[in-house]
Amino acid sequence: MAISSQPKLLSDAASRWLVGTIALVLVVVPVLNLLVPADSALHLSSYWVSLLGKYLCLALLALALDLVWGYAGILSLGHGAFFALGGYAMGMYLMRQIGERGVYGNPVLPDFMVFLDWQELPWYWYGFDDFLFAALMVVLVPGALAFAFGWFAFRSRVTGVYLSIITQALTFALMLAFFRNDMGFGGNNGLTDFKDILGFSLAAEGTKSALFVASGVALIGGYLLCRRVVTSRLGRVLVAVREAESRTRFLGYRVEHYKLFVFVLSAMLAGIAGALYVPQVGIINPGEFAPLVSIEIVVWVAVGGRGYLYGAIVGALLVNYGKTWFTGAFPEIWLFLLGGLFVVSTLFLPRGVVGLLQRRRSSHQPSPPSPSPQAAAQAEEGAR
Amino acid sequence: MKLLFALLLALMAVGAGAAESPDTATDEPAATFEAVALGLGSASFREKTALVERLAGFADPRVPVLLETLLAGDLYADATTGALYIGKADPAPLVGATEASAPPDKLRKVITNNSLRSALRPLIAATRLRDPDPEVRARAARTLIGEVPLALTPTLEQVTATEQHSEVRQALRTALASVQLADADPGVRIAAVRELADNSDKQILTLLEQRARQEQEADVSAALAEAIAALQAREKWFAFFGDLFFGLSLGSVLLLAAVGLAITFGVMGVINMAHGEMIMLGAYTTYVVQLLMPEHIELSLLVAVPAAFLVSGLVGIAIERGVIRFLYGRPLETLLATFGISLVLQQLVRTIFSPLNKSVITPDWLSGSWQINGMLSLTYNRLYIILFALAVLVTLVGLLRKTPIGLQMRAVTQNRAMASSMGIRTGRVDALTFGLGSGVAGIAGVALSQLTNVGPNLGQSYIIDSFLVVVFGGVGNLFGTFVAAMSLGVVTKFAEPLVGAVLAKILILVFVILFIQWRPRGLFALKGRFVED
Amino acid sequence: MKTSIRAGSKRRFTRAALKAGAATLALAGSAAGFAAETIKVGVLHSLSGTMAISETTLKDTVLMLVDEQNKKGGLLGKKLEAVVVDPASNWPLFAEKAKELLAKDKVDVIYGCWTSVSRKSVLPVVEELNGMLFYPVQYEGEESSKNVFYTGAAPNQQAIPAVDYLMNEVGVERWVLAGTDYVYPRTTNKILEAYLKDKGVAAGDIMINYTPFGHSDWQTIVSDIKKFGSAGKKTAVVSTINGDANVPFYKELGNQGVSAEDIPVVAFSVGEEELSGFDTSPLVGHLAAWNYFMSVDTSENDAFIKKWHAFIKDPKRVTNDPMEATYIGFNLWVKAVEKAGTTDVDAVRKAIYGLDVPNLTGGTAVMLPNHHITKPVLIGEIQEDGQFQVVWQTDEEVPGDAWTDYLPESAKITADWQDPAINCGNYNTETKTCSGQNY
Repeated sequence: MAISSQPKLLSDAASRWLVGTIALVLVVVPVLNLLVPADSALHLSSYWVSLLGKYLCLALLALALDLVWGYAGILSLGHGAFFALGGYAMGMYLMRQIGERGVYGNPVLPDFMVFLDWQELPWYWYGFDDFLFAALMVVLVPGALAFAFGWFAFRSRVTGVYLSIITQALTFALMLAFFRNDMGFGGNNGLTDFKDILGFSLAAEGTKSALFVASGVALIGGYLLCRRVVTSRLGRVLVAVREAESRTRFLGYRVEHYKLFVFVLSAMLAGIAGALYVPQVGIINPGEFAPLVSIEIVVWVAVGGRGYLYGAIVGALLVNYGKTWFTGAFPEIWLFLLGGLFVVSTLFLPRGVVGLLQRRRSSHQPSPPSPSPQAAAQAEEGAR
Repeated sequence: MKLLFALLLALMAVGAGAAESPDTATDEPAATFEAVALGLGSASFREKTALVERLAGFADPRVPVLLETLLAGDLYADATTGALYIGKADPAPLVGATEASAPPDKLRKVITNNSLRSALRPLIAATRLRDPDPEVRARAARTLIGEVPLALTPTLEQVTATEQHSEVRQALRTALASVQLADADPGVRIAAVRELADNSDKQILTLLEQRARQEQEADVSAALAEAIAALQAREKWFAFFGDLFFGLSLGSVLLLAAVGLAITFGVMGVINMAHGEMIMLGAYTTYVVQLLMPEHIELSLLVAVPAAFLVSGLVGIAIERGVIRFLYGRPLETLLATFGISLVLQQLVRTIFSPLNKSVITPDWLSGSWQINGMLSLTYNRLYIILFALAVLVTLVGLLRKTPIGLQMRAVTQNRAMASSMGIRTGRVDALTFGLGSGVAGIAGVALSQLTNVGPNLGQSYIIDSFLVVVFGGVGNLFGTFVAAMSLGVVTKFAEPLVGAVLAKILILVFVILFIQWRPRGLFALKGRFVED
Repeated sequence: MKTSIRAGSKRRFTRAALKAGAATLALAGSAAGFAAETIKVGVLHSLSGTMAISETTLKDTVLMLVDEQNKKGGLLGKKLEAVVVDPASNWPLFAEKAKELLAKDKVDVIYGCWTSVSRKSVLPVVEELNGMLFYPVQYEGEESSKNVFYTGAAPNQQAIPAVDYLMNEVGVERWVLAGTDYVYPRTTNKILEAYLKDKGVAAGDIMINYTPFGHSDWQTIVSDIKKFGSAGKKTAVVSTINGDANVPFYKELGNQGVSAEDIPVVAFSVGEEELSGFDTSPLVGHLAAWNYFMSVDTSENDAFIKKWHAFIKDPKRVTNDPMEATYIGFNLWVKAVEKAGTTDVDAVRKAIYGLDVPNLTGGTAVMLPNHHITKPVLIGEIQEDGQFQVVWQTDEEVPGDAWTDYLPESAKITADWQDPAINCGNYNTETKTCSGQNY
């Protein structure tokens, strides 16, 4: 990859450690799953492969949010929308791949359209039988939405909580829209019953491992890209915007352009995360647009540590693993544990989990949002 | 439905009166009141409907009692003899048995279903037309509009002629006119149409429209068309008022849900994701209050309002003292912490009260509707909620503007350091402000318990709307919250009939998003130095 | 408690996996941990989130049935063990938890799901891992999976008989089909619309209305229904409104003075449990169509209610239709396991066809080769006490039809997993093929 060849990107220890670990996992997990015989104690079941793959996608999503929140100070409470749109684009491709193998054997229409008596494929489903087109849409649709939304919002200087709430309204509106069966996206049931991707059966172990590796590669790629952005001059302007938007504007920077760029980039990354997530969990449904889902993403980033990039990844992995574990082990009380975790981590880990480690390290990081008096006052203003 | 009913009645009348129809011919000569009544116990629903029609035709004094008892579900029949009794525990003989006769073997309830009940109502109404109380007579007459059993038309005419009370006579004339629409004489029909044209009643409009479809006579048709046009014009107006009322009541619900948040979020800057759970706690408090005072359900809401305020307020203060006070200056992190708190509170309620919805009883004074006329009725619960929401808002504004503690609250939020140096105990004021916002949310919960489910998810369904209302109105401005809630409510309700409930909601969201582009600080932006970045 | 064992091993595992170093050791612990000493029954019902309201009861029902079976000496000489997980009303989590139950806990059977979307989400997982899922809720049909047994009603066991009742017994001529906008109401209303038109109802006499999930402001819709119902023909509302939205809907009906005598509402998703969260006084006389009511007077039902009250330690708790469906599904499975002599999914599946167990309403439930069962259809009127009084019921059990005959595409499809010539869930009788099999 062109970007990773730049030595500067991996200059800090945390990045090296993170990328190295993910790369190692990417090699070890498929080997344990595919090459080690199933009866061996070392065998890793495909349950874990899919689960880890899912975590990696969510980590990429958290990374995308940290890019806008941690660096540009845009708290998006609607990032789930971009994720879900990417997921729907991929889901539509997977639906078209089913072809004649649907329960009604209709070669063109997905099953849900057949029994709700649709006569022909809606125009917006055209082209999704082609993987490249679908892949393009995975980044273009979230990107275009982010562009349109950001174009207006940033030019109008909608900031702080106002911006957060309208991003929430955006994802809420999309959720209601996608719930409508008349939209042609399967309503509440969403898109499901996928068979194969690029000709490979989704049920096959090999495909699962491949998707897992793809998620990991996307995460590493996304991380390096974000790192590249935040270490560039652009990144410094973003931090300036975060700390004092008006001051940056008075210095002659076109603040809205910087914000727009990073917002669109982040939406595209979220779209990719969604697209990789869908074939691994086997369903995409309007529930992904729910505002609570988007709030959860914010929580992952906050738990991991905002403004470090790798903090978001650590947070997403930790919280999601916690959720898997709690819901299985303590089905009756897991919400107490999860809720308690959020409260405790805000109170005692103001810079998140990685902030705890960071304190012991001397680093060359661009500083994460500091709780310095000015910044605090700034943030408080932002909340008004 | 009424057509069918009339048809059925006509058949019955023929059967009862003329004894020509073959299936009734056999028992007709012997058909006394007693004989017919004794058949009730073993009859099917359809047969029962036929039987009660026939019973109503008898002049026996037991008829009204029998019909009313049947409607109330208090009529029991002896399984073997068919003798009828009132009540089960201590059966009072009504038909086919006397005090002296042997006590019944086995009593079976004479069950009713919907169609039987709807057949009973006009029959009972007809028996009440001679009640001494004019109120009762008027109500009975109104029940009969459009539903006069043919057999009763002569009675009705007679009663109308002798009725002295003007209001009752008017109702009777309308009822009579509704029958005369089908009179053989065109002149009578035209008079009936004229009589009916003055009523603002959806039911009468329907009757006229039905008649217009069958009418052959040109004169009558013209009169009908005129009357229908007049009624339709009125209907449009009342529909508009109806929608406006719906909108205002939805707006009041939004206002109630949002006004607490306007304090915790708007005034204090805490992104309070647990706001919905404060509403939920208020609703559960109502449930508990009703459990504690089952004898006084009518008063329970009056007790629940202060109780909910206290419960939610105290929980709010606890949250503020326990968590939020460490987070001032880091408002975005309050989002994380309060989100965690909201999860915990939801699960807490699930653990204590079970995940099932709880049944909160609506007191009688909140049920039903205020029937302004046949085209417009305002439901009492909505009416009270509009008033209640306004009262809460006014009280809150008064508290913030006119009391010392309100002054301190405003001082602390506007300039914490300055307020502190003036000797205000900012910590205490923070706790009280947060408690106030939470308490108001609890009050909203009392109101919402009358409209929707009381369950662990109650809060989540209102949190997004609440944030939207506060932001749309302008953060930190109670008046803005009020205007925002009302306008969103009204716009939604006017859009809903046009595009459907889902699209209306989506359009509102898009509208708010676009509006914020135009006014990035909401409807009523706070002015002053401290709001600038 | 075994959960702690599982939890411990899993925690150990993932920490390792994240570090990608010492994964091997922990895996050895988790994989070798459980020999098949017990027969495991997976319970996949949401205990939190929006669906917890309905699903928690079913979890308790399964626990009660497992408990009872163990008191009878277990099954095949082994104890039953319930493995409870919480999919938290989150659809992807349903798939993940199903995978966890099958691949990690190695359960022999799963009782679970409520919403269609949760079933759709779990479906590929149980098919891929050859699990066995008993689904206890009425649904829209149009499905028959090799690995799923549907013990709730198909549309022909609930919706169509209810409409027949209203048409023939009540004389309804105008119809409001009101539903929440998701697949079950959409499909049911499509079927009903076709059915009504088939019976000669004009399009102008059918009003179809969809509302979003959790819709709480019904003023406009109720006043529309009122207007629609005042056209002089007997009108009824066929409601497929989803659980949470029902309370405000009925309250609004009551307040706007729409009584059951004027415009009866027949609901397919309102049962005793939903009513226990209502103040039922304004609802008296409205109808519901189910295959079971708590008020049904049979000795089986009495015994079931007693056991339930003893188990849940609350004499006020009600029973409902999905609980009966869970009960039937459990007993059918137990009988099939006994017949097959093993819990092996394929053997149990082959053994279960044609088996019958008593249901709670005095009849028998037979497992059909299309994975649905036979059920009586009951129409009940709501009473003051929150119970239903049966006003009508079918003479005999109605066999569940996976593919409705009232939608053109679906009419030509049939399901039969027993007949070796067909052996699939969607056999197209025109092309004589099965399409889209996952196995």
